[in-house]
Amino acid sequence: MTPQNWRRLNLAMPWLVIIGLLIVWQAVVQLFSIAAFVLPAPTAVWSAFLEYRDPILHNALFTLRNTIFGFALGIVVGVLLGVLIGSFRLIYSGLYPLLIGVNSVPKAAVVPILVLWLGIGTAPAVATSFLLCFFPIAVNVATGLATVEPELEDVLRSLGASKLDILRKVGLPRSMPYFFASLKVAITLAFVGTVISETLASNDGIGYLMLQASSQFRVPLMFAGLVVIALMGIATYLVFAVLEARMTGWATRRHDAPLGGG
Amino acid sequence: MAIPSSSDGPGGNDAVTPSDKFLDLNAVALRYGGADGTLALEGTTLAVARGEFAAVVGPSGCGKSSLMKLVTGLLPCSAGSIRVAGAEIDGPLKIAGMAFQNPTLLPWRNTLLNIMLPLEIVRPHRHRFRRERSAYVAQARELLAAVGLSGFEDKQPWMLSGGMQQRASLCRALIHKPELLMLDEPFGALDAFTREELWSVLQTLWLERKFTCVLVTHDLREAAYLADVIFVMSARPGRIVAVHRVDLPRPRTVESTFDKAFVDLVQTIRGEIAKVRGEAASKQPKVA
Repeated sequence: MTPQNWRRLNLAMPWLVIIGLLIVWQAVVQLFSIAAFVLPAPTAVWSAFLEYRDPILHNALFTLRNTIFGFALGIVVGVLLGVLIGSFRLIYSGLYPLLIGVNSVPKAAVVPILVLWLGIGTAPAVATSFLLCFFPIAVNVATGLATVEPELEDVLRSLGASKLDILRKVGLPRSMPYFFASLKVAITLAFVGTVISETLASNDGIGYLMLQASSQFRVPLMFAGLVVIALMGIATYLVFAVLEARMTGWATRRHDAPLGGG
Repeated sequence: MAIPSSSDGPGGNDAVTPSDKFLDLNAVALRYGGADGTLALEGTTLAVARGEFAAVVGPSGCGKSSLMKLVTGLLPCSAGSIRVAGAEIDGPLKIAGMAFQNPTLLPWRNTLLNIMLPLEIVRPHRHRFRRERSAYVAQARELLAAVGLSGFEDKQPWMLSGGMQQRASLCRALIHKPELLMLDEPFGALDAFTREELWSVLQTLWLERKFTCVLVTHDLREAAYLADVIFVMSARPGRIVAVHRVDLPRPRTVESTFDKAFVDLVQTIRGEIAKVRGEAASKQPKVA
């Protein structure tokens, strides 16, 4: 296989896998005559999507907006916490157990409390998605800061660098690859958070739509909702993957040939 | 005491008189981790004149690297006094250049921006950096050319070989024209030929700029090639057990490392280190 063909195949692989999966799915449903309320065929899901296009898009946008808000909040708080934990030993010792505790609580169990405090709809959805996504960001930024070589820190300190100088010139750039890696995890978690909250306490959003569809046994509509969430997750993931490649190319370019020589 | 120098060239050795001690350590001790912690250095006394090239050699684990951290003020000493340029040290020096065995270049900056990093930090350069950027860039290119790295300004560090990275690391340590250069086994990870090449590069830079330099190394030929004065340390806790003034003419070359005077000097130091290693080993059973 020529390199060009290999590259083309590489690009086509995700589509080939998805199309293959849809064909198998369709075939299984038709071969075994599976009822639509157990597992609807892809064609049924597609027609449900066309039929309920307007409410689906309306609710999808609502979910997307909540997710972006929660995610943005998660980035701000996550980066601040990460910098504090990664820079100060005492803050690390004090906060880390608490953070792990907070992160271990199932967020579905927190939503009722958030509803008591914030009401229903947008506010608890944003809060839940924030709660799910700030932790990986904070941990990764802190890891990036903690892995600065001590010799490099010595070099800078002997030049009269302040802690802030070291953070700006070395710490933050060094933690960028960790930060972007965490964004790709965090954005998908943010979607999970929003949908959980919408399922439990909202009159809008994909989560609410799916709950409604479920209570009316409109299974193809439920699947259409799932597919829309998945598509939004993939789209936002891609945005951050592209950003990562642009901002931190230096961290992944190591496979290029070195020049060699003395 | 002035020892007759065999050299009239730059780097000729006059004994250090009290007035021109740039670096002055007096009975310095360093203990890690509290009162009953490990004693890394004890009663270390040494002086280096302004513009002099000093080397510190000794068996492994003798506290050579601790000495580096003390002199640059990165660690406070447990006893004794350290004076640099006449002033007692209280906190990290703001003027020193440092280079280590690991070149620690920043992978997200190209070579030029890597060696200009100190200019973004050291006063007064940091305040002028934006305004006079082109002048600083010219200065950095000149320094890169002096170590043979012309044409590599735009390369990322991981595209350079180990020897080239170490040359860049030297440039970064010197770009802000420090009065004191501290080198901790800077060529330790390089192959023998590259190492000898870099001895010559470093010697040329030093002959031109005459900064005060302290080189910590376990390579005795390296010490004899580069230094005006060699301090031999004992095993832990480290003390200075011998001082050698190196009166060999400059510039020294790889050929001159085969001269009788050079070989004799290295043999003498080797003997001294073997002796302190032997003493340390004979102490070992009693401790255990």
